[in-house]
Amino acid sequence: MAEETTTKKPKVPRQKMPEQDALERAHNFYEVALGYTNDLSLLEASRCLRCKKPYCMSGCPVEVDIPDFIEMVKAGDLMGAAWKVKEKNSLPRIAGRVCPQESQCEAKCVLNKKGKGEPCAIGRLERYVADWAAEHGGGKMPELPKPTGLKVGVVGSGPAGLTLAGALVKKGVGVTVFEALHELGGVLVYGIPEFRLPKAIVRAEVDELRQLGVEFKTNWVVGRIETVDDLLEKRKLDAVFIGSGAGAPLFLKIPGENLNGVYSANEYLTRTNLMKAYRFPEMDTPVARGRRVVVFGGGNVAMDSARSALRLGAQEVTIVYRRTMAELPARAEEVHHAEEEGVKFKLLTAPLEIIGNEAGWAVGIKCQQMELGEADQSGRRRPVPVEGAYFDIECDTVIVAIGNAANPLVPTTTKNLETNKWGNIVADLDTGKTSKDRVWAGGDIVTGAATVILAMGAGRKAALSMLSTFGL
Amino acid sequence: MFEILSMERIGPGVNRAVISAPDIARAHKPGQFIILRTHEEGERIPLTVADKDVEKGTITLVWQEVGVTTYYFGTMCPGEKLHDLCGPLGTPTHVEKFGTVVGVGGGIGVAPLFPITKGMHDAGNHVITIVGARTEGLLIMTEDMKKVSDELLIATDDGSYGIHGFVTQVLQGIIDKGTKIDLCVAIGPVPMMKAVVKVTRAANLPTVVSLNPIMVDGTGMCGACRVEVNGKTMFGCVDGPEFDGFQVDFDLLTKRLAMYKGPELIALNKFRETSRGCQCQFPGGS
Repeated sequence: MAEETTTKKPKVPRQKMPEQDALERAHNFYEVALGYTNDLSLLEASRCLRCKKPYCMSGCPVEVDIPDFIEMVKAGDLMGAAWKVKEKNSLPRIAGRVCPQESQCEAKCVLNKKGKGEPCAIGRLERYVADWAAEHGGGKMPELPKPTGLKVGVVGSGPAGLTLAGALVKKGVGVTVFEALHELGGVLVYGIPEFRLPKAIVRAEVDELRQLGVEFKTNWVVGRIETVDDLLEKRKLDAVFIGSGAGAPLFLKIPGENLNGVYSANEYLTRTNLMKAYRFPEMDTPVARGRRVVVFGGGNVAMDSARSALRLGAQEVTIVYRRTMAELPARAEEVHHAEEEGVKFKLLTAPLEIIGNEAGWAVGIKCQQMELGEADQSGRRRPVPVEGAYFDIECDTVIVAIGNAANPLVPTTTKNLETNKWGNIVADLDTGKTSKDRVWAGGDIVTGAATVILAMGAGRKAALSMLSTFGL
Repeated sequence: MFEILSMERIGPGVNRAVISAPDIARAHKPGQFIILRTHEEGERIPLTVADKDVEKGTITLVWQEVGVTTYYFGTMCPGEKLHDLCGPLGTPTHVEKFGTVVGVGGGIGVAPLFPITKGMHDAGNHVITIVGARTEGLLIMTEDMKKVSDELLIATDDGSYGIHGFVTQVLQGIIDKGTKIDLCVAIGPVPMMKAVVKVTRAANLPTVVSLNPIMVDGTGMCGACRVEVNGKTMFGCVDGPEFDGFQVDFDLLTKRLAMYKGPELIALNKFRETSRGCQCQFPGGS
């Protein structure tokens, strides 16, 4: 079937995303990717082959009707296209920016499959139509069904919880979201930097949910003010969804990790993004303005930290990673952006100790040279130490970005809720159902640290499961 | 939400405010703290809850003006609202009938010690409270403490009120008398807690201290509040704020508390140039 559709070879190449110049953007917090113009969007949309069997959709965790919305772009109906996306994805402006499309919808695109490596730029189009709609008044809100009288509580306002809230409220279910921080959005506001995802966009997406009728409570720590059991029993909610995130930073447990100038990536990014320390002293919260910054880790969070450090005025930012460029877990695009901006990579290097001065500040790190050995269980070649090969790196700031563990606050205060040995909540990956009656869970608190779109997918699946349980 | 109902100066640079916060008042247990933001541009800072009234739906906060947020808070008037108030946070104090409990409070540390003392007293303990300050004018909440203590001993470093000497000397005196003590709870400046632990360690008297590391989120997400206890890294916000005093690395805590000294001064000086900041020697704006 797909064969038929690929007979017409696309003549138009994949349209590049306009970006801020690398050397200029490395010193500001404005968004890196500037977004398509109308002309670019039409050119790119024209590349979609409208396959009879749209593989792209099977690559999307929330199953956006990709060919349909692109068809509407071609027809010039951008508002319609935006709402077509929003039928499945309540947060398209966010997903269009932070989804790893290259390993999802775009990986499945027929244009990519044919060995061309030039898939239709679905993510860029999604971002374009959703931004266009927001800039043009958002269009008419969908008509909501009559309230069902059902009430659901959502723990955490990150991508999983927001997606679930959007899906439920559109079916007439009352939703209250409980957020511990003072801002809504979870990792979207504390973790992902302004230059990748402007906070005004998160706020606008949250406002749209509020207009649809979702109720939000900030500064509200579930597990401390009230437990999940309280929400079910005292507040008589019909169901609770736990999307409290990964959110407990891991450290290497090497000497010197508690020296001044050593941060978890969570703290460094929270100070910078949520508290807007990049605008200190206009904003009251400070963050170390290191001159020589070292980041431990090779994931997206490490890239975000390194690129933030550059923007905060560092002269030299170095990513220290135990394996090689080929094994970096970060998105290729993020690594590419970091390199363009001047982030250095010190590969096959394992930190052994952070060296401090008498006042308790970090001044350098002691490192071990590594080499790649046999493949481990994950299939990646395991780094092994090169005997006797040690060296030091001078620095004044260290950011530890090696991952997060489950935050135990909600799991440990909820009765009869099964967790695994890492403290993650055990939930059915297709439905989000937990061991506890009327309680669903999804996102990083179930899977461990993953991506925004996977959390959104989990929120959507849990919403569908709840709706079928409710008989809606 | 979070309206300031009253604001008073109770010592030099020390204020007490009663805040409307029914949810927090209901859920709060001794030893727990809140995190507040005074205004949109403000920091998140932790303050231990000094008292609460569940019926009225209020909590009481007592704080000393040291940085931009604490000064800013001091200029707020009844009727104004805190921008954000989050809590209760932290693991509550382990309260049970131990027997005789000695509470040691130094300076502003008397405020967080109050609800713990009250809890220990309500649990049927014989409570001996030692309250200390540099000089008489800096003593706070002595009347409140009297109500929840079986014995109240007051000391000033300069002898201007009560016993002439440090709280540690008073504590040593009680120990030397042979009083059987089951638990000591010490809250105050880091050097004071360190000194108390030196005394209690020698007497093999179990001691709980409450730490005040720098925090951001207060829910275990950021790790700013790392402290070392028995050589292990713990998070002050969720593992604490109370820890076994014998195991705490106080020197590390002191160094970490100084991490933002430079920026703190910049922020404070900037605040003093604002119309609100220039009146910050007048609490409550009156």
